[in-house]
Amino acid sequence: MKIAIASGKGGTGKTTVATNLARTAARLGCKTQYLDCDVEEPNGHIFLKPKIDSTQPVTVDVPKVDLQKCTGCGKCGELCQYSAIISLAEHNVLTFEQLCHSCTGCWLICPENAIEPAPLEIGQIELGKAGSLHFASGLLNIGHVRTPSMIKEVKKHLDPDSLAFIDVPPGTSCPVVEALKDTDFVLLVTEPTPFGLNDLKLAVALAREMLLPFAVVINRSGIGNDQVKQYCHAENINIALELPDDIRIAHAYSQGRMLIDELPEYKKHFTRLYKYLETIPDKRHDT
Amino acid sequence: MKIAITATGKTLDSQVDPRFGRAACFIIADTETMEFTAIENDNIAAAGGAGISSAKTVIDAGAEAVLTGNCGPNAHRTLAAANIKLFTGLTGSVQTAVEQFNSGKLTETTAPNVQSHFGMDT
Repeated sequence: MKIAIASGKGGTGKTTVATNLARTAARLGCKTQYLDCDVEEPNGHIFLKPKIDSTQPVTVDVPKVDLQKCTGCGKCGELCQYSAIISLAEHNVLTFEQLCHSCTGCWLICPENAIEPAPLEIGQIELGKAGSLHFASGLLNIGHVRTPSMIKEVKKHLDPDSLAFIDVPPGTSCPVVEALKDTDFVLLVTEPTPFGLNDLKLAVALAREMLLPFAVVINRSGIGNDQVKQYCHAENINIALELPDDIRIAHAYSQGRMLIDELPEYKKHFTRLYKYLETIPDKRHDT
Repeated sequence: MKIAITATGKTLDSQVDPRFGRAACFIIADTETMEFTAIENDNIAAAGGAGISSAKTVIDAGAEAVLTGNCGPNAHRTLAAANIKLFTGLTGSVQTAVEQFNSGKLTETTAPNVQSHFGMDT
């Protein structure tokens, strides 16, 4: 069972919900994983403080051209939709590895076999444990843009027998789509403000487009206005959890402390959310 | 000599387009006869790699020099690999830009003068 924690707007509390929920599930005896797919700025480790057992480099294939073999036919550049390879003349081919999407097209189409794939490191994955909770986190190298590729690699560590919580990047673009792919349920974290509502609507549209069932978590409830609630009511969207706007939560967060550990009165909120998620059907058992 | 000028339109009285990769048009002009052709730039709305593709366009058009406003690193690298001279910082009409080039007063640009994606915001 794979639960994604996403949001349109950034900074609404995805990581707060994902880490506290994962720890709650693990403590209730459930075999649980937490995967940080917010690979441009992962921060789940700050709260879960896992013991890292291994760090693995992640590479993607980019073209390496043997200029001696190149006849300048130009087929590689014509094929590439990202201008990551361009043939100017015989023996004069340029590659722009940052633009490459590793589609493999250029080395397949080259009639001279002058192009071969070469690995380019784009980041690392850390694997470890926080108590009984299994932890995986991807970190994209600074300056690299292959966010979806990195997320795909983190998701290779999904254990089909575990309850997995996937911390999704903010927004509704390609990295979010990659992180949401093949999940069973999405928790959309928002705040009750006009910004929160605007971006929630985008996130809801994305979840619906991807045919993913979802519910909403309202964080910092009490600020802003009640338009998020009105919207959820009108759209028949379940509000699975509300966390109040409590300065002590912000205080704990700013010190990298877990909400359920620092403020035990919130344990019941996450236990209730976990119990709710247990009622969600697991796609793997569908026929 | 054939040169390429980034332009907002298809005539010599069009303004020089400050963007290279996402210029509206490329005017390919003969500096002696002032005969010219205009190429609409297919890369104006490209998701990425506009500078590289635009460089390829002017290389294929046979230009030996490029006059433009700004040029980023990828376009610069591509033009340099094809030994095309680059002149940046031009403003005003295409006609004036060609005249300035002909007067020999322009200084060749040997490095990109803006960062990647600069033309996305202008």
